[in-house]
Amino acid sequence: MNNVVLAAAVPVARGISHVWARNWRVYLKNPLLNFAIPFLEPILTLAAIGFGIGAYVGMVGDVSYSCFFAPAVIGTAVMHAAFFECSYASYVRMYYQKTFDAITATPVTLREVVLGEVLWGATKGVIYAACILVVLAIAGLADFPASLLVIPLALLSGVLFAAIAICFTAISPGIDALNYPMFLFITPMFLFCGTFFPLELLPAPVQAFAFAFLPLTHVMALMRMITMGAPTPYALVHLAWLIGATVLFIPLGNRLMERRLIV
Amino acid sequence: MPSVPAVIEADALTKYFGSFPAVDHICFAVEEGEVFGFLGPNGAGKTTTMRMCECVSPRSGGILKVLGRDPAHHARAIKREVGVVPQETNLDPEFTARENLVIYSRYFDIPRREGESRAEELIKFVELTERADTPIEQLSGGMKRRLILARALVNEPRLLILDEPTIGLDPQARHLIWDRLRSIRAEGRTIVLTTHYLDEAARLCDRLVIMDHGKILVEGEPESLVQKEITGEIVETEHTPAVEACLNSHGIPFEVAGEVVQVQTKDPAAVTGALLASCSIGRVITRRATLEDVFLKLTGRRLRE
Ligand SMILES: Nc1ncnc2c1ncn2[C@@H]1O[C@H](COP(=O)(O)OP(=O)(O)O)[C@@H](O)[C@H]1O
Ligand SMILES: [Mg+2]
Repeated sequence: MNNVVLAAAVPVARGISHVWARNWRVYLKNPLLNFAIPFLEPILTLAAIGFGIGAYVGMVGDVSYSCFFAPAVIGTAVMHAAFFECSYASYVRMYYQKTFDAITATPVTLREVVLGEVLWGATKGVIYAACILVVLAIAGLADFPASLLVIPLALLSGVLFAAIAICFTAISPGIDALNYPMFLFITPMFLFCGTFFPLELLPAPVQAFAFAFLPLTHVMALMRMITMGAPTPYALVHLAWLIGATVLFIPLGNRLMERRLIV
Repeated sequence: MPSVPAVIEADALTKYFGSFPAVDHICFAVEEGEVFGFLGPNGAGKTTTMRMCECVSPRSGGILKVLGRDPAHHARAIKREVGVVPQETNLDPEFTARENLVIYSRYFDIPRREGESRAEELIKFVELTERADTPIEQLSGGMKRRLILARALVNEPRLLILDEPTIGLDPQARHLIWDRLRSIRAEGRTIVLTTHYLDEAARLCDRLVIMDHGKILVEGEPESLVQKEITGEIVETEHTPAVEACLNSHGIPFEVAGEVVQVQTKDPAAVTGALLASCSIGRVITRRATLEDVFLKLTGRRLRE
């Protein structure tokens, strides 16, 4: 029984890894640029907050604004990196470069292509998270070693945002249509999901909405618990929400992609 | 022959797009080691048929067996032994020519070392050695097509499926591809190709079918198809009202093909004689019938988009 499952899983895992490896090789074509950006971005953001806004705001609860905001730098970067990679970038590979068509003429299946893309999108999120974590460590804005948990959380949230992005990619009539989820879904989350200010400042119905439907809410809650070293039992609820959404969106992405490309 | 199972067997193979039958109950069998061609005007259903054989497009009906297996259930196993040259060039623009082959070999689980040495050989085989490290966008159309052929061979396929392999190429590039296809055939691999270049089909194919509107119209060896479908030779002359009237008066059936009038006849000398004697024409040509004549006879002269 176990052998049968394993025999079926091995080619799937291989297929996923080949797709991931293809994207990784493209990424390594320009390592200097590709690794400099995840370092520079948070340094600039934190400098603007630390020197500027932070001075006006003072404390949030009993921590400095910089300390409050630091996990948001990671959470939003993971969201942006994973979502961008599996929306605009995947769309280019799928539609303009016909990369998916080329790969699915080999033993690698479309499902494995989709999963490889999602895993790659999540990897971009993890790369960002890791780079930012280094910056936060140097700036003394994160609690260690607990903050190392940021990495697995970045992987999980990266997979979720990438899977959501793949769903939009699969249904977009053109690359411009991807601007809709970007501006109607990603940008509001970037601004309101407990990033720049605590979620509790929002009206109760909005809070409820954010809790029910917006993944970044849960990512931010967990990120903050980790970097501040202050976990609460709610962590399990947030984690369950993220895992549940991931389990939902991965098969949905697969389905929508198959509907679009297998004709 | 019957003891060797066919490489592709299709029986009443059908593909619907919505309610439109793009491939409509076609039957054919491709034997091991032969070059089998699909000819047909644009929209005949050639690409759709190829895509079903490549296991990338599910069929709507009928029976299909590729390398003895059903694509609906054994796609992964079949694809391991099939090489594909798609109609649309889809090389990976992020990589060089050589990297394209190596990366592609990974999709077949070929170890990297092995993939690299195969890439090296195949690049030589399609004469791209000097361009091995050139990014894809800097290759000419002919080079890209040759590279795609090399890519299709990276898994040492038993069956090679080529959808319009020489589309848009200059004569030199076409000859190179033809030459390479002959040596692939000599290695005992089976080749299935589509084309609407009739000279290409006549040169390369051991057997071929002519398709139109999703159906197979005829099947056979190129030479015997010409003999079967067209009796005798073709006499051609210019198309003027006077010539038309003259042919009518002699009771000679003819066909108008744009600027020329064609007469299909077993007795070209008599037709030529009649034309020269009483039709006051400048020029008349007698030639053997070709596959092109068969093609146009069966699929008509109306332009396809
Ligand atoms: N994905 C598709 N959706 C709807 N119609 C299609 C699709 N692909 C091909 N067709 C139609 O099916 C017919 C056969 O197309 P195709 O197999 O590409 O022809 P060929 O390769 O012989 O030129 C054409 O009428 C074409 O418009
Ligand atoms: Mg075609």
